[in-house]
Amino acid sequence: MKILVCISHVPDTTTKIKFVNDKLDTNGVQFIIGPYDDYALSKAVDLKSEKNATVTVLNVGKPETEPTLRKALAIGADEAIRIDADPIDAYFVAVQIAEFAKQNQYDLILMGRESVDFNGGLVHGFVGEMLGIPSLSPCMSLEFVGERTVRATREIEGGKETLELELPFVAGCQEPIAEWKIPNMRGIMTAKNKPLKVISAISVENVLVHRNFSLVPERSACKMISVEELAELIKKF
Amino acid sequence: MKSLVIIETENQQIKTSSAEAIFYGRQVSGTSGEVIALCLHSNDSSVLETCGNFGANKVLALASPHKEGDIMITAEYVSQIARDFAAEVIILPRTSLNDAVAPRIAVKLQAQVVSNVVGLPDFYNGFTVKRSIYTGKAFAEVTLTSPKKVLTIKKNILSVEKSNQKALVEILSIPAIGSKVKLLERQKSEGKILLPEADKVVSGGRGLKGPENWGMIETLAQKIGAATACSKPVSDANWRPHHEHVGQTGIKISPNLYIAIGISGAIQHLAGVSSSKTIVVINKDPEAPFFKVADYGIVGDAFEIVPKLNSLL
Ligand SMILES: Cc1cc2nc3c(=O)[nH]c(=O)nc-3n(C[C@H](O)[C@H](O)[C@H](O)COP(=O)(O)OP(=O)(O)OC[C@H]3O[C@@H](n4cnc5c(N)ncnc54)[C@H](O)[C@@H]3O)c2cc1C
Repeated sequence: MKILVCISHVPDTTTKIKFVNDKLDTNGVQFIIGPYDDYALSKAVDLKSEKNATVTVLNVGKPETEPTLRKALAIGADEAIRIDADPIDAYFVAVQIAEFAKQNQYDLILMGRESVDFNGGLVHGFVGEMLGIPSLSPCMSLEFVGERTVRATREIEGGKETLELELPFVAGCQEPIAEWKIPNMRGIMTAKNKPLKVISAISVENVLVHRNFSLVPERSACKMISVEELAELIKKF
Repeated sequence: MKSLVIIETENQQIKTSSAEAIFYGRQVSGTSGEVIALCLHSNDSSVLETCGNFGANKVLALASPHKEGDIMITAEYVSQIARDFAAEVIILPRTSLNDAVAPRIAVKLQAQVVSNVVGLPDFYNGFTVKRSIYTGKAFAEVTLTSPKKVLTIKKNILSVEKSNQKALVEILSIPAIGSKVKLLERQKSEGKILLPEADKVVSGGRGLKGPENWGMIETLAQKIGAATACSKPVSDANWRPHHEHVGQTGIKISPNLYIAIGISGAIQHLAGVSSSKTIVVINKDPEAPFFKVADYGIVGDAFEIVPKLNSLL
């Protein structure tokens, strides 16, 4: 079984966001595998032993994302692909993934439900539609009940639904689909020798560009109140 | 400009997020443009006609409603109907289903799509919308240029004005669409206010020590008509169900009132709640980071404060 995991390279979740020249100020920012993508990768690694799967990890990004791809290899992916382009737009990224997936025929395509930089949450649906296969998100669990039959749960408002479908499909993952994995020493050593291929991007028209970045205004100072005052305050809502 | 707004009903009412989306559509279409609402899962005319209250001219529903909420089928229905009715802007309130469906609709209609929109379009600069990025920490603007446009909008971004207009309900007979995905089961907590829809939210963290102590949280929520939420360690430990977990890796909410009890206010937690209009924090540690981003605070033991608060309400 062949699994493709698509990961984003995003600022650590504790980053204090700042902008310079209408761009993220990356000074001192540490980049990580997107937390949701990390769940997708962890699930794929679990399936390696369970289903004898091979895992390809893919990122659309410039050379600075290679350490993030190496980390994914250290966690357990077998090979890495970097599609050499700035991931400026979700549609652009999805076109690259769909094109690559068409050529390489995966049984399962996993990624996070959204990236935590631009929070688009669109790529899984784009890729599913472009490939003409189902897409599910946010996917909370994924379990094989037959050779190619999967039972998945998807979070809905106030609960969840259980779905059954056949491979191939795309899933946008979130917890608790798998436990986040931390690379061990052996993983880090072997990652150095695993293949990391760079391929060029195909051009896409009409991409959307984010501009006029601004921060959320700060709140005024917190007012300390008594329980009685809180009760009165709540009654006003 | 003609808008098509995808709506849902719940308990014989238009969901508040759907009502807001219709109102958004009305602002996009202006006074003279047509706003069409589309409800796929119900065709109850007496409920659907109230879409007019929020600015819809017409409501479309299916002769045989699609109740399963299938992603692929929903995308196909919406796209077909958007084409048939020549809709230019397709507006979806953010829901678990709509988030998954929007990109598929966009591909089918060759439309550009912008998700997580937090304001009305600015027409002076083409069609420019503001969206929330970096998980609630920032905003950016995006200009759409395609003839058809798809938007998913965040909740509680407009104050909705209501009239007593009724909308015309039109029932469509569209041949059923098949899906490769089978719905086996749907589990949903009954009779509770849904967290993403809630105007008020009472949330508990690890400071509450264990699931057995949620009684006072539930009581408070019930007294004030709020939904309940929790921090990630609480759902990780199975004290509360996962769909109540808010934050970076959980649900993002924007209620009018968010009351955080025994939650430290880690940056990843704030990511999911910082767009709440008013934030109240109850924490025994005066140094808890949550106080830095709260509007009102009480320093004290939740096990004393919450029961006392309940007795005052
Ligand atoms: C990638 C990533 C993603 C994450 N995503 C999320 C997320 O989506 N949501 C989320 O919530 N967290 C998330 N976290 C975890 C986050 O960093 C914090 O660990 C978590 O929010 C802490 O939860 P808490 O405030 O309930 O617990 P704690 O940090 O343990 O805080 C408990 C608080 O309760 C107070 N307290 C204790 N006893 C009492 C009492 N008797 N009365 C009143 N107050 C009391 C304490 O003073 C303390 O402030 C994420 C972390 C990472 C690394």
